Amino acid sequence: MTALTERDVAREAPAPDQPSLERSSYSDQVFKGLLTLAALVIPVLLSFLVFELWEGARLAIAKFGLDFVTTSVWDPVAEQFGAFPLIFGTLISSLIALVIAVPLSLGVAIYLTEFAPKVIRQPVAFLISLLAAIPSVVYGLWGIFVLIPILRKSVFPLLRDVFGFLPLFQGPIYGPSMLAAGIILAIMVMPFVMSVSREVLTAVPNTQREASLALGATRWEAVITTVVPYARSGIMGAVILGLGRALGETMAVTMLIGNRHEIAASLFAPGYTMAAAIANEFTEAVGDMHLSALAYVAFLLFVVTVLVNAGARLLIWRVARGSGVGSKAL
Amino acid sequence: MSSHPLRSAWLLGLALAACGGADRGPASSGHAPGAASHPAGVALTGAGATFPNPIYSKWFDAYARETGVRINYQSIGSGGGIRQFMEGTVDFGATDGPMTDQQVDAVQGEVLHVPTVLGAVVATYNLPALGRTPLRFDGLTLADIFLGRITRWDDPRILQLNPGVKLPAEDILVVHRSDGSGTTYVFTDYLSKVSPEWKRRVGHATSVEWPVGLGGKGNEGVTQQVKQSDGSIGYVEYVYARSNDLPAADIRNAAGAFIAPTLKAVRAAAEGGSFPPETDFRVSITNAAGAESYPIASFTWLLIHTGDRRTPKDETIRAFLAWMLEPGPQRMAADLHYGPLPVMLIELIRRRLGAS
Repeated sequence: MTALTERDVAREAPAPDQPSLERSSYSDQVFKGLLTLAALVIPVLLSFLVFELWEGARLAIAKFGLDFVTTSVWDPVAEQFGAFPLIFGTLISSLIALVIAVPLSLGVAIYLTEFAPKVIRQPVAFLISLLAAIPSVVYGLWGIFVLIPILRKSVFPLLRDVFGFLPLFQGPIYGPSMLAAGIILAIMVMPFVMSVSREVLTAVPNTQREASLALGATRWEAVITTVVPYARSGIMGAVILGLGRALGETMAVTMLIGNRHEIAASLFAPGYTMAAAIANEFTEAVGDMHLSALAYVAFLLFVVTVLVNAGARLLIWRVARGSGVGSKAL
Repeated sequence: MSSHPLRSAWLLGLALAACGGADRGPASSGHAPGAASHPAGVALTGAGATFPNPIYSKWFDAYARETGVRINYQSIGSGGGIRQFMEGTVDFGATDGPMTDQQVDAVQGEVLHVPTVLGAVVATYNLPALGRTPLRFDGLTLADIFLGRITRWDDPRILQLNPGVKLPAEDILVVHRSDGSGTTYVFTDYLSKVSPEWKRRVGHATSVEWPVGLGGKGNEGVTQQVKQSDGSIGYVEYVYARSNDLPAADIRNAAGAFIAPTLKAVRAAAEGGSFPPETDFRVSITNAAGAESYPIASFTWLLIHTGDRRTPKDETIRAFLAWMLEPGPQRMAADLHYGPLPVMLIELIRRRLGAS
């Protein structure tokens, strides 16, 4: 095996007995074919996935129909299934994650691009990206052993004391809960939102900042009135990326959410998500209807993800009409 | 790995094959001593329950060293084990909960559930005030706690079962498994037998609709939740409870005695089970008869084909099962806190394997 270096190629290229134009057009054809094949793999894979899920879920779809989406019973013994609490839990835990993660990571991104001294930009950005490399089961274990005790002993009681008038922060505190799952998701989603927003903010042309400053804006005003609006569509793209991650996260969530098939007003109460239910029950599900119901849940998770993404994308298009960094990419 | 001569020989063979080209294959493992009675390189594949995985791994490893027969076991869960066995993608299955009649009928030929070891489920709790005194429960009380009918530790019914024990005036927090598991199957099977209301409202399966409580993932998830919350109660696999030194309640058995979960009591439960001579061993031994039986015990099974459909691989798995029933391998089980099979049952299994 001898590697072809760039220099070798350069030396070979002008050889007179090999018409380089013809050769490159042949290799272009092959290259194009290969790339087309690679591009086709994705839609084909996706349609197989949808088809398989639909096939697997047929039994449950035939029996429960759309009631599956609106009912709350989950009884494998009586083979009665309804996924409403799962859908609810998936959406709420992801929402909590975004509410916490977006302001935080946006703040970090703005600080790193606009205010931080050059020396610390790279190290901080690197450390945050490192969070993305931690396996989710490690997040889950850390959640059980470190986060949950802290939340139960100090954070949750404090929240109950201060915001206890809201139904969101009432009821008994167990530890594992919708809020705990939302917090761990926020930590997991943050590096994605942060690094993409940082890239987008870095891409804002300096002329924009200079123009704003020249008009008498302070640094702060320049960021808020010029830089961020210019990058808004890219930032929303970052948020969607985070949302996608939050919707599908399984292991860390199931370890912290309490896995209760129920809808509660309180964020201290345990909940359940679609991905967690599938992961929990699939291996030991014996009955055909049980398996089919789980496939139906998977199908719904797919639908929910597509809907949420489509909705968010629509939002971007409406917001980003005109210019801005990243609007074309999305 | 130096203690595994055969495996090292096999690895060496592989390494040689990799270096020296195609003329020397992995078949060189056949030169290992003890492999004479079996064709070299025979490999069986099985899949199923996760609970017996530690002992199965140990057995299959020891068996490969003694005979040269390699058995590859994937602990993918009982449900998956049954499915793969029915589809014929594995040579044998393994499960903590028996197949239903429907499932047995769907398999070509006949199916035999061969008990391999005994497991038990213990009720563990977190009541720091108690110290090392074990709590006592009867089945109905336990069922009512998990039904959410008894919600306080100082409930008169718990006090009555535990005279002299100072129980706190606290709420009970129920913790159960969130993932489908054989542990849940055995526990709910027991509760269904002792409580008609449990049987009617919840029933028994690898996952059920829990009336109350939090779900923890795996034995470790339940254990952590119980350890972290004062006043909680959960159920975990006996092996797990033993190796982590968790408190375990004494449970009142069918004969009315309070029994602590021990290997001896679990074996007594198996002896108390009723086995007709033509049994296929799909016998539940929860709430078994016998004065010393621990009531929340169960078999775990290997699933094999019997009857007309007999391939060489089926013969090989039978040879393994015969080996497994010998005292040495059964002792290995006890070392890992699994309940060894009682002698009368070993005789019965031998007879059934010989006859079918």
